[in-house]
Amino acid sequence: MDKNISFTLKVWRQRGPKEKGEFKSYYMEDIPGDTSFLEMLDILNEMLINRGEEPIVFDHDCREGICGMCSLYINGHPHGPATGATTCQIYMRRFHDGDIITVEPWRSAGFPVIRDLMVDRRAFDKIMAAGGYVSVNTGGVPDANAIPIPKEKADEAMDAAACIGCGACVAACKNGSAMLFVSAKVSQLALLPQGKVEAKRRVKAMLAKMDELGFGACTNTRACEAECPKCVSISNIARLNRQFIGAKFKD
Amino acid sequence: MWLFNSSVGKKVVMSVTGLALILFLTFHMTMNCVALFSAEGYEWICNFLGANWYAMVATIGLAILMVIHIVYAFWLTWTNRKARGAERYAVTARPKGVEFASRNMLVLGIIVFVGLFVHLFHFWSKMQLVELQGGEPAAGVELIRYTFSKWYNVLLYLIWFLALWFHLTHGFWSALQTIGFNNKKWYVRLKWISYIFVTLIMGGFATVLILFFCAEGLNWAIFPGLFQGLVG
Amino acid sequence: MENKIITKADAKIPEGPLAEKWTNYKAHQKLVNPANKRKLDVIIVGSGLAGASAAASLGALGFKVKCFCIQDSPRRAHSIAAQGGINAAKNYQNDGDSVYRLFYDTIKGGDYRAREANVYRLAEVSNAIIDQCVAQGVPFAREYGGLLDNRSFGGAQVSRTFYARGQTGQQLLLGAYSALMRQVHLGNVEMFTRCEMLDLVIIDGRARGIIYRDLVTGEIKRCSAHAVAIGTGGYGNTFFLSTNAMASNGSAAMQCYRKGALFANPAFAQIHPTCIPVHGDKQSKLTLMSESLRNDGRIWVPKKLEDAKKLQRGELNPNDIPDEDRDFYLERRYPAFGNLVPRDVASRAAKERCDKGFGVNNTGLAVFLDFKYAIERLGEDVVRQKYGNLFDMYEEITDVNPYHNPMMIFPAIHYTMGGIWVDYELMTSIPGLFAIGEANFSDHGANRLGASALMQGLADGYFVLPYTIQNYLSDQIQVPRFSTDLPEFDEAEKGVQARIDRLMAIKGNRSVDSIHKELGHIMWEFVGMGRTEASLREAIEKIEALEKVFYSDLRIPGDADTLNVELEKALRLEDFLEIGKLMAYDGLNREESCGGHFREEYQTPEGEALRRDDLFSYVACWQYEGQGKAPELIKEPLAYEYIKVQTRNYKN
Repeated sequence: MDKNISFTLKVWRQRGPKEKGEFKSYYMEDIPGDTSFLEMLDILNEMLINRGEEPIVFDHDCREGICGMCSLYINGHPHGPATGATTCQIYMRRFHDGDIITVEPWRSAGFPVIRDLMVDRRAFDKIMAAGGYVSVNTGGVPDANAIPIPKEKADEAMDAAACIGCGACVAACKNGSAMLFVSAKVSQLALLPQGKVEAKRRVKAMLAKMDELGFGACTNTRACEAECPKCVSISNIARLNRQFIGAKFKD
Repeated sequence: MWLFNSSVGKKVVMSVTGLALILFLTFHMTMNCVALFSAEGYEWICNFLGANWYAMVATIGLAILMVIHIVYAFWLTWTNRKARGAERYAVTARPKGVEFASRNMLVLGIIVFVGLFVHLFHFWSKMQLVELQGGEPAAGVELIRYTFSKWYNVLLYLIWFLALWFHLTHGFWSALQTIGFNNKKWYVRLKWISYIFVTLIMGGFATVLILFFCAEGLNWAIFPGLFQGLVG
Repeated sequence: MENKIITKADAKIPEGPLAEKWTNYKAHQKLVNPANKRKLDVIIVGSGLAGASAAASLGALGFKVKCFCIQDSPRRAHSIAAQGGINAAKNYQNDGDSVYRLFYDTIKGGDYRAREANVYRLAEVSNAIIDQCVAQGVPFAREYGGLLDNRSFGGAQVSRTFYARGQTGQQLLLGAYSALMRQVHLGNVEMFTRCEMLDLVIIDGRARGIIYRDLVTGEIKRCSAHAVAIGTGGYGNTFFLSTNAMASNGSAAMQCYRKGALFANPAFAQIHPTCIPVHGDKQSKLTLMSESLRNDGRIWVPKKLEDAKKLQRGELNPNDIPDEDRDFYLERRYPAFGNLVPRDVASRAAKERCDKGFGVNNTGLAVFLDFKYAIERLGEDVVRQKYGNLFDMYEEITDVNPYHNPMMIFPAIHYTMGGIWVDYELMTSIPGLFAIGEANFSDHGANRLGASALMQGLADGYFVLPYTIQNYLSDQIQVPRFSTDLPEFDEAEKGVQARIDRLMAIKGNRSVDSIHKELGHIMWEFVGMGRTEASLREAIEKIEALEKVFYSDLRIPGDADTLNVELEKALRLEDFLEIGKLMAYDGLNREESCGGHFREEYQTPEGEALRRDDLFSYVACWQYEGQGKAPELIKEPLAYEYIKVQTRNYKN
């Protein structure tokens, strides 16, 4: 059976994008170990509401690790201490009695804070709109089995496609680079014959958009890969580089 | 032009210049090793690389590579810092698998650069520069013996080599990753290749240094038959 | 009492043989020419599988689409959480599948409470969905030969489910999302993220726009269009604890309902058999373990009551119970389908065992899903390969290693088959208002088969709505774009503002969640897996009492004219209270057991659902009569012309 723990939460509170933020401390008592991190915040929010204060704003939705909405930077790690898990999949049994747990929003010029721990990640949509697709309209496509695709390729494409677009890679990167996110989509589509047709156009467009939106350059620290909740590999970044350099030399 | 205005392009410039500089270091290390075995051989190389047009082209080329590498480094660091945003994390932790060097390339680079000036002062200013000004260059092996008989120089150089080792272990692998030469299978191999190769280069430099210090500074006779260069 | 009737003609079901209806419809429907498409605006509310695929497809056709979602990106919609797969009648496995069989299985799985023509169309377009998704670059699982792989799912005897690891919903949604983002790039679709629809605007009897709240700034805004489609998913969160996402809600549907759209079969809610059991009162949601686990896992409880009691007290390790003392109750009761019976059957069987006292955890509300046998048969590596990520997820949540101990599972609210009533064209009873995906009352009848939600969402969005909406829009080409300054918009906005002001002014003591949890308890206890007349009446009473608490004691901190999460939740809860009552009314009316709706008064001696086709073979459509009044029932009789209605049998 899980033990109950008590600890101090230091949470970043910030009214709006332009306003100054600060840490506020909250003491949490007797939290069961099988409470998820977000449920623990629910408990805190319930407390705050009952005291007539405004609850802490944070993004969350599916709470099963797939929607990519949750985005907390806990004790120096995007999505907290576990590997291969999102914030919503962290359970309090990972922490200890008497801990000080610091919770911050994603910090990157590309992700301005909206309020408290909620940030604006629309930049990712813009990168996707720039080219993260295969240009097919609905209908008029060949039979699904018309093009055999080697299982290894399909599996590798799936590894890349597992990206949930949460932005942990950007949050973890000391350069605020979105390379892992961009490369995951570029890789997925470059690996599949359907996507190869416009691979060059895609990689150039997506990368240009990433640069334009103010994300940094990759310096291969691998922090993104280490913190990615879906363990997306930096070999995708190498593939993106290869594709990009190849496309530029072709021009 | 993509080498100027795209993040990957800028990184490619870093990589290519970096790899070229590693190539130069490999050559330099080989040349130093010659000094261990034969003073004459080393002198011959020094003469060969004197104030000739080809040596000058190579020197200027090296300088340009260096300048580009450094300018891009600062440029990238500046844009990357901007991308990080104004607010910093209050708590940071180094995730598993992230190496020290990869996060401190600029600092390491600056140490390397400062060391380079010391090195140029010790050697290049007394050899190629003098020759260019019409003087008689110092004899290479003599200069080595003199410089590395001093313990503080040895220490200084060893620190410099260590910084270089860190800079290069990340740099070499990182350059290959940036130009797209990596995948899941090759990742571990490249890491190993990078460690082994860079350790060989830096080990070569350090060995020459230490052996000369032992021979000149401490007056030990080390395999005089084999290391004829050490015998004054 | 004489009820109003919706006829086949009202439902616009095309004439002709079943297999030709859709072809005939498409051949004779009216279309809009490309030059005119540019002049027509369509609002799509929701960006899940149905919403995103519809917005992308309509954008590609040339319509000007405005797509709304409450999250920060369309990619977050809860379709993303579907794990198992998507059905299609490709018959790639040569195991006897066909469009007819998929149609038949779906009707049968839905316990004969779905419209034949719609379901046949669904089966017909299912194959095109797979083609479309593959063309978009969805990385479906493949065989070594490079062709697509399939797995089997509950309620079918063929392998027709296409999947992408345990993330099929994610991959399909990302496919639709990419197509949507492409249309955004091309300027055909405009995205409104973090915007929530708060009312439908009707002008001259037609849906012409919406009032929405910008969730970041708190501003109330207006948007007009020639047609509106809602694809906002189901209302499972009425139960507070469900497998839905935290923000999933039934509010858009409720707004349409209040404006006159009929709400059909609200009582049909699916309870998924394989969820991680509830562990405490602070829990915020229930986590689903994919149904695919039932392919290899065996479900059991102890045969002996004393073993169960010991398990409940934590005095016995389940691994110490010998096989002969284990009751594999699904295999025992349903030899033909075994652990792969449809969801409603599996859920009820679990409840039956737990009600008898055989539950296996401390609350007595769990059964075992055991992989011991699969590991013996296939080896741990194969099991790890197939289900590794699910096992890891289970271990993270429960701290129990499922390779060495049986998993514990229990049913939870998962999907709602009921929804806004639509005709064959997916148009609601309000002209110009369409409903797609889970938001409509759909093609699943009283129970949805696994891997069919993704199929239906994408069918509606890619291949049905883009056709049928043109039949409506073709006579709208002369209608110029609407100004949002019209009095109808003023009035709707005032209504929204008044509603918000009312809630903000309560300033009571109860948080939204505390009231929502209470609603959830009422729903689960009285409108849950087993319902009786008494329980449903009690539910209505209790919900009405809770409504009073809501309107008198709610506390929303902060202001309405800025970001305010509590206000968002309060508005949704207000609608959930309404839906809760509606579900109870519908359950009360439907005096039979079918699919997800089980009235304890109506069961066979063996405890199976007892359908009453003579009395209840109809779609129950509810019309809003005003706040605090009982809704009015309108029936759409279901006449089966092509299928022989039978008692569902998964035994032999």
